[in-house]
Amino acid sequence: MFASLTPEELTAIKLSLRVAIVATAASLPIGILVGLALARGRFFGRSLLNALVLVPLVLPPVVTGYVLLLTFGRYGPLGRWFAEHLGIVFAFRWTGAALACAIMGFPLMVRAIRLSIEAVDRKLEQAASTLGANRLWVFTTVTLPLIAPGIFAGAILAFARAMGEFGATITFVSNIPGETQTLPTLIYTFTQVPGGDAAALRLTYVSLVISLGAVLASEAIAQRVSRRLHAI
Amino acid sequence: MSIEVFAETTLGDFRLETSFKSDSRLTAIFGPSGSGKTSILNIIAGLLRPERGRVVVDGTVLLDTAAQIFLPTHCRRIGYVFQESRLFPHLSVKGNLLYGRFFTPRPRRYARVDEVVDLLDLGPLLERGTNALSGGERQRVAIGRALLASPRLLLMDEPLSSLDDRRKQEVMPFLERLRDQARVPIVYVSHVSSEIERLSETVVLMSEGKTVAAGRTSEMKWNPR
Repeated sequence: MFASLTPEELTAIKLSLRVAIVATAASLPIGILVGLALARGRFFGRSLLNALVLVPLVLPPVVTGYVLLLTFGRYGPLGRWFAEHLGIVFAFRWTGAALACAIMGFPLMVRAIRLSIEAVDRKLEQAASTLGANRLWVFTTVTLPLIAPGIFAGAILAFARAMGEFGATITFVSNIPGETQTLPTLIYTFTQVPGGDAAALRLTYVSLVISLGAVLASEAIAQRVSRRLHAI
Repeated sequence: MSIEVFAETTLGDFRLETSFKSDSRLTAIFGPSGSGKTSILNIIAGLLRPERGRVVVDGTVLLDTAAQIFLPTHCRRIGYVFQESRLFPHLSVKGNLLYGRFFTPRPRRYARVDEVVDLLDLGPLLERGTNALSGGERQRVAIGRALLASPRLLLMDEPLSSLDDRRKQEVMPFLERLRDQARVPIVYVSHVSSEIERLSETVVLMSEGKTVAAGRTSEMKWNPR
């Protein structure tokens, strides 16, 4: 089946994978921090942070994409700051697609991580501190291994969400072949041209395989980790 | 070996007031459930911060609210054997045993792995996961884990309470060996008078959050219950 994929289609698949991997990897550390803050923190503005994280889940993706365009676009305040200080341009680049995917997948990631942190028995952390571990060591040697299944699950969910992201991406960075044309936006393109049905169907299969593969892999990893934690 | 504990604090609708000194190898805190025994251990370990208090172990001040001294738990070197063992589920028995040792600088390590393994008969368990252990084995591993951090004081919170009679008889000799052979004073919490008569040299009696008496176990006229 892959032999029959055109170079254009292969490019879109590779780009989608790159966008999804970068989006997931870059948002994971932030996802862990926010999950920690929401699960453990007692600070002013906690419910506001929670709402802010969740909002992409309920907003129409086109709205999220438009807000990104206004803030991270070439003349948006944050877009300009990133371009000047870090040399990162989001507008109409694949980096912008990754940003859109990261934001759309963030609620799912944070939720999985937060739930796993809330399930950690804090008495184990107390035990670690009586054995001489400071807070950072307690986190890295006790908390982190115990929430690893949740982090895996969150990362895979965010990755799968990123592979499927369409609305925010096309609104923010458009549909430029080789730069921002991901798997879903290419499928959309094929559905809009006469005779594109066969290609659209082919890519639909690819999309299905990648997404199913990601979910199956996450289940397998989660099972393995939880077996290590709870059995023998 | 000497410990000095003074604490006054309000916990919900419960008032804790305690004050005692001991230079025994094993000091028991005795009283019915809810009399504040565990709270005293938590104050000694630094897991609970009293409104007013002072804790001194072998001349080292761990807590003194008057002087605004509060050493955080991980700096206190107080071993703690919890009622429910609290072994780390993601580590093997060996991983659990060596956990605290990792945080103990070499010059302070007086507890030797082979000695502790022998003392508690842990050899056959080392490679196992913690979920494959019986209740008695779990408590022995928890004791070993606390000892191998080379603590200056060992706290034990009803370590036998979750065990049935047979397991209690299995662990009791280890506790006696621990008291006689380990180089660390022990504070032992229990509501079972037979354990205290068998193990302790000094006893602190608690009732409704107050220390009502403290002294040599053999000389005390104490009325269990």
